[in-house]
Amino acid sequence: MGRESGPGMAIGSNGQEKLMSKLSVKHLLGIKDLLPEDIQLIFDTSSTFKEVINRPIKKVPSLRDITVANMFFENSTRTRLSFELAEKRLSADVINFSSSNSSVKKGETLLDTVNNVLAMKVDMVVVRHSSPGAPHFLAARTKANIINAGDGTHEHPTQALLDAFTILQKYGSLKGVKVAIIGDILHSRVALSNIFLLKKMGAEVMVCGPNTLIPRHIESLGVKKELSVKVALNWCDVANVLRIQLERQDTRYFPSLREYTQFFGINKAMLDSLDKRIMVMHPGPINRGVELSSDAADSSQSVILEQVENGVAVRMAVLYLLAGNN
Amino acid sequence: MSRRLILDPPRLHLTLQRLCRQLIENYGDFQDTVFVGLQPRGIYLADRLVSSLAELQNQLPPVGHLDITFFRDDFRRRQEPLKANETRMPFIIENKRVVLIDDVLFTGRSVRAALDAMAAYGRPVSVELLVLVDRMHTRELPIEASYTGIKVNTIASQRVLVEWEENQGQVWLLDQTDKKS
Repeated sequence: MGRESGPGMAIGSNGQEKLMSKLSVKHLLGIKDLLPEDIQLIFDTSSTFKEVINRPIKKVPSLRDITVANMFFENSTRTRLSFELAEKRLSADVINFSSSNSSVKKGETLLDTVNNVLAMKVDMVVVRHSSPGAPHFLAARTKANIINAGDGTHEHPTQALLDAFTILQKYGSLKGVKVAIIGDILHSRVALSNIFLLKKMGAEVMVCGPNTLIPRHIESLGVKKELSVKVALNWCDVANVLRIQLERQDTRYFPSLREYTQFFGINKAMLDSLDKRIMVMHPGPINRGVELSSDAADSSQSVILEQVENGVAVRMAVLYLLAGNN
Repeated sequence: MSRRLILDPPRLHLTLQRLCRQLIENYGDFQDTVFVGLQPRGIYLADRLVSSLAELQNQLPPVGHLDITFFRDDFRRRQEPLKANETRMPFIIENKRVVLIDDVLFTGRSVRAALDAMAAYGRPVSVELLVLVDRMHTRELPIEASYTGIKVNTIASQRVLVEWEENQGQVWLLDQTDKKS
């Protein structure tokens, strides 16, 4: 009250106030469930949090009465640290759980484990699990807000949000930006979430990799398919290079790592040979010298560390918006 | 539709002139002084005050825009999460004299949040509060303004609307019933 916009408001955030100020979802399970307006709201909120984390004092008190459990049933460095930092910057109470040293080893089920944690009065759960759909399973059976931090080969929504936010900050808009996703598309949750998000926001997407690592009928998602990395690089504005997931290669999809590098590895010489300057992204961890050479990963075209910085801001935005959506 | 004009453009102009002279009286050449306008509506008043001051003297204080969204105490206690605005504080307020600027002083809760939010930019020597409209007898916290444009008696269901236009502006008092119809 007392602070309403009215006629004659010539200055200010032109028309932005008309956009929604609330997410349409209670959980962040995947990009597929989000509306373009949700994504835009997350981006807008991320920008303000990016300013917050660059202040001398990087903390705000918004989530001080909230407890968040980070439940990682699968290994992670970046995502877990990034979530934990985002939660702490928002003043939430944080508990961390990793399955390797827990009762999961004694045979406790996922639902029992999570319900026991929730019985300790936890409000939000960040979950990573090797089974696709695990976060959806929990969302349907528990009261907490669930955030998917990667479920098997299905989705990794916060990674897609931070990737797109990084592109947005460079290009000002996602509309018409050409993004090539290069590498193991078949096993990559990052690729799927990125495709959903980029298509929703009007970007053009091409996937590139060995034929064996590109799912059949991928074109039905509205993306181009390309087997030559040179063609892909020439086409794109942004190359999002994915990690070869050695732990998920249960059968052999290509003859050897050396051959993969020969055909699909990206190095500085290839980037220099293009007649434009493309942006190079990688969700990490990098297999240096496999999908990306060190000189390309450390070049000025690489925004890999910016992605990590933006990751904290984007996760703060997601936590903040979901917490406010009660 | 009942809306009452409580400050017309000529009177608003006079009020701004008075506030400027009061600030000059207390701050002189604005050495070590910064203005901090509160988002979303206080920033227009802060910018307007500086442009009015520019007609009176050469030395002007720097202006920051402070967003207090993440410091509010009603997060999760209302229907919608609050949408944040941009914070632009191009200076550190350590050892500075701060004039906090907002358009309407109502419950005092925004100002409390602003005092918290400011702590991220250092420890000021002093903080004063300037508001254009002081809604009397509606305070929920022990906070009062150091400089006031106009004091009005209102009831909680009414709204105060400050409109800024090119080089002028006006202040309205609205009845909440209007909003529903």
